[in-house]
Amino acid sequence: MKVTGKVWKFGHDINTDLIFPHTAFRLPPKEQIKLIFSDNRPGWADEVQPGDIIVSEQNFGTGSSRPGAVLLKNLGLGGMLSDSINGLFFRNCVSYGFPALQGPGISDLFEEGDVAEFDLATGLIKNLTSGKALQVPALPESMVETVDAGGVFEVLAAKGLIDPMV
Amino acid sequence: MGMTMSEKIMASHSGRSSVKPGDIITCDVDWAGIHDMMFLLSGSQGDFSKINKVYDPDKIMMFIDHGAPSPTTADADGAVRERAFAKKHGVKNFFDIGNQGVIHQKIAEEGFAAPGRLIACGDSHTCAAGAFNCAARGFGPAEMIYILCTGQNWYEVAPTIKYELYGKLPEYVLAKDLFLYLAGEYGEVTNYNVEFAGPGIETLSVSSRQSVTTMCAEINAEFAIFPYDDILEDYLKGRARGSYEPVIPDADAEYAEVRKIDLSTLVPYVSGAHYIPDNCRPISASEGIPINQAVLGSCSNGRIEDLQLAAKMLKGKKIADGVRMIVTPATHEIYKEALRQGLFEPIAEAGAIITNATCGVCYGGHLGMIGAGERCISTTTRNFKGRMGSADSEIFLASPATVVASALTGKVTDPRTL
Repeated sequence: MKVTGKVWKFGHDINTDLIFPHTAFRLPPKEQIKLIFSDNRPGWADEVQPGDIIVSEQNFGTGSSRPGAVLLKNLGLGGMLSDSINGLFFRNCVSYGFPALQGPGISDLFEEGDVAEFDLATGLIKNLTSGKALQVPALPESMVETVDAGGVFEVLAAKGLIDPMV
Repeated sequence: MGMTMSEKIMASHSGRSSVKPGDIITCDVDWAGIHDMMFLLSGSQGDFSKINKVYDPDKIMMFIDHGAPSPTTADADGAVRERAFAKKHGVKNFFDIGNQGVIHQKIAEEGFAAPGRLIACGDSHTCAAGAFNCAARGFGPAEMIYILCTGQNWYEVAPTIKYELYGKLPEYVLAKDLFLYLAGEYGEVTNYNVEFAGPGIETLSVSSRQSVTTMCAEINAEFAIFPYDDILEDYLKGRARGSYEPVIPDADAEYAEVRKIDLSTLVPYVSGAHYIPDNCRPISASEGIPINQAVLGSCSNGRIEDLQLAAKMLKGKKIADGVRMIVTPATHEIYKEALRQGLFEPIAEAGAIITNATCGVCYGGHLGMIGAGERCISTTTRNFKGRMGSADSEIFLASPATVVASALTGKVTDPRTL
């Protein structure tokens, strides 16, 4: 799966509570996405355009099991790139079908507003604005398949184990 | 090639004779746990009522802990859905109000956590159960739904960092300080397991080990595992459900790194605000900074040992003017035990308030919020910006001894100086 979009840059240790504040738990989905990064970057959620990509420094998604990845997906983001991603958050990216790659040096490859392109199956990341590129570990095939399917709910629904979530 | 404790549990639960870092395997999960926050979710986030049939209701654990009891109508409606789920699928291990507690402490005291097991819960601090020689980790709601439906999940075998502990912690330096030291000194361990070894382990109670393994979520450990020993065996006697098989690391197991720590040289540590890895320092760096609230509780430090220490330190003293101190037992069982031991009287007489067992202040969604310009020193698990209330507030993490000492003076205080 190849993803292309405009880059928004973030710093280190962007945690799940900033992505998905607990106050959002009790709101309808359309209201929830307005609260993304409301504590650290107020107004950002209104500026994001469909297909945009987050690029961050190390330790993105540290914290809770709450599904921040699906909020980012529902906001319309195309994917996420980070120097390192918390393991639980990364698993949420895969299981909710939100494309994400990690590897040292990613954040240095981009300035805010650059256009990024990345491919989960090859691990190749390109800055289409500067022409630079970086190779990071690809996602294993089974995970690429889950992301391509749209997440594990699609997989479970296809097997009749759950009713469709939406 | 020998195997680490994590690798042995990964192998035994995937039907293999051995595994190595990088292997992606499918494992049978022994126990799967979910709590009330999951029942606040809907639609694309994961609606548990859409599950047609669970794999095995007798391998499911259910808890009400984050909002115990419900702080809002939305939480109450979520709890209604959770109770309906338990009834529909015949889940017997459901810990509702009156027998409630923070999921990780309930898993311990109810004997679900036992050596050699693989535990999966929809909560990031699930690695807490590693104190019981288990491989335990948190998953998001989508993967928990997958596990409830299939009894399995995929794991990528991670390389392991070993912490070898020597010596004994000095008085008023606690296991929480050990964790804060590890986080400050070594930072995050993303995509690695953490295993503990060395003679220093026998100086740490089970409760102390739980304090450390719980917090290993904050350095992104995959699994955080203590070895099996006599102290653990004593705790498990008459408590562990079913039989269990301890895992012992092979002498030739391969570690990505071995880090040696002399416990006797440690001092109280305090985190700065907003993030944890590389943001924890010896208390001398923050001593004297004023606080507005002091919190003792959570899966990291809401056990009877923590309450005993608080009662001892607060006896005959008064919380400083202008400071609110909140004490929250981790489970209702601990609440009852504290009551029996008379621990609540000195705590309450000092001017601290004692709450029902709940995740409570730790995740900011239940009680004890802090406002703009305020600072809280807390034994809880996270110091994230805005987690306990205002985005303009600060949370410092510290041990129970440091939190109580600070509550008595109104500023960050080294408990060894009182």
